[in-house]
Amino acid sequence: MHGLVNRSIQLFVSHTYGLHIWEDVTRTAGLDFTEFEGMLRYKETYTPLLLDTIAQVLGRPRADVMEDLGTFLVSDPQFEAVRRLLRFGGVDFVDFLHSLDDLDDRVRLAVSDLHLPKVELRANADGHFSLICDSQIAGYGHVLMGILRAMADDYGALALLEHSGGTGGAEVVSITLVQNEFSQGRAFDLGARVG
Amino acid sequence: MTKIMDAPSMPGTASGRDALDILCPMHLVIDATGHVVHAGPTLRKMRQGQGIVGQRFLEVFEVKRPRALTSMADLRGMAQQKLRLKLREAPYTALKGIIVPSIDGSDSMIVNLSFGISILDGVRDFALSNADFAATDLAIEMLYLVEAKTVAMEASYRLNARLQGAKIAAEEQAFTDTLTGLKNRRALDTVLTRLLTQRTSFAVMQIDLDYFKTVNDTLGHAAGDHVLQNVARIMVAETRSHDLVARVGGDEFTVVLPDVRSNDILRRVGHRIIQRLEEPMPFQGTDCKISASIGTVWIQPGDITTMEDVLSDADVALYASKHAGRAKQTLYTPDLRNAANAVVPPTEMGDKSA
Repeated sequence: MHGLVNRSIQLFVSHTYGLHIWEDVTRTAGLDFTEFEGMLRYKETYTPLLLDTIAQVLGRPRADVMEDLGTFLVSDPQFEAVRRLLRFGGVDFVDFLHSLDDLDDRVRLAVSDLHLPKVELRANADGHFSLICDSQIAGYGHVLMGILRAMADDYGALALLEHSGGTGGAEVVSITLVQNEFSQGRAFDLGARVG
Repeated sequence: MTKIMDAPSMPGTASGRDALDILCPMHLVIDATGHVVHAGPTLRKMRQGQGIVGQRFLEVFEVKRPRALTSMADLRGMAQQKLRLKLREAPYTALKGIIVPSIDGSDSMIVNLSFGISILDGVRDFALSNADFAATDLAIEMLYLVEAKTVAMEASYRLNARLQGAKIAAEEQAFTDTLTGLKNRRALDTVLTRLLTQRTSFAVMQIDLDYFKTVNDTLGHAAGDHVLQNVARIMVAETRSHDLVARVGGDEFTVVLPDVRSNDILRRVGHRIIQRLEEPMPFQGTDCKISASIGTVWIQPGDITTMEDVLSDADVALYASKHAGRAKQTLYTPDLRNAANAVVPPTEMGDKSA
């Protein structure tokens, strides 16, 4: 798995729960190092191992941990770049939802060897959407749910999200859009670059 | 909207303009006199304050390429060619454009503009948003890519900086002399400390090359390096695999020999090393000739001593060899120190071992 994924997990844990919890996680997972590098590649087994160990160390369901990870990625000021890159996807929340079909391709444009699971948006009647996600990593739908929750806030949309479980290697997130322009949302200035 | 305006859907007409505003939000319609009669919404936004409609096209924009375009007639001749333009007022934004005759049959022309490579500055200077670009325009994807690339490059730079730091740290902790591949002083310190703690028997040979400086001075550093590498090979060949051979200075070497059973063995090893070092070493057609002086100290099991004392004793023996005319090995005995003290001041001894 790409180092960026593991590095994100590391920063999520150390910033949310403290460095000692992260060190506890790496110890419990039997790793002989504590720092993941964003721009290195790691064995595929590290990511699920980390997620399971974090759930174990925190005593929380893995699904909850993954959703919090998604929210952290978008809302933590340290990850402003992620929020901005996602905001390029659409002018409002619905537009953004439709851009998720291209998310993996967009990510690969930026970092050619970072392969995210494919997602597909199905628009049902009256502001109901289903997001079907491939889940090479079980619970990826929960990460997306955390991301969507934070992005809805960011756009100022009011949406209800529900993880409707998974079948055959795919997970489904149900989205009910109550109001596309519910609040002001956060500003997105195209010209203000991060970094 | 009235029926009349809806009827002929062409660029010159109102509904045609609506369509063009959506398709090309940075287009202009210029009349036969060269005045702007209509501007797309993004251009109007860019000219907030200064205005654009009613102004002469060539007074707002400077045509950089093709050169010497000064009149409307010139422009008309440029139809379908790529234009490079620049705003005549701050922020002097560079733009790309293409000009075509209006298809409504009038004398007017349509110019479509784009930022091209100045997109980043343009977006910032004019506070543009997604809505200011046509839905089919790749500008937003371009901005996305630039930003994503910047973030990814930052991450790579940080990784490189960390790896560079780690490399320097590793070099500092290294136990190897990079020129000869022998162990270095740090490795020597580590091994001596271990042997002294174990209080086992071992010997230390302090080896100084003789006439090496002459080789370096007359034949150059390349010859000197060649000799040092040759010396290293000989010392490794003439000692056992569990002996430690370290280069501790420019032409100073230290060999640590654990489990030595007799003085004879030490004499034989020292003798062989000197003998082989004296064989001429050819370098680019010239024979480099050196020799070596050796001072050896043999620590007996149970001896309580310090690393400083061991190395100092070896130095005293080495000095005796030098004093006796070089190319010799001397085994340390306490008498030597008394003799040495009588001959050389202690400070010079200190310099020698530094």
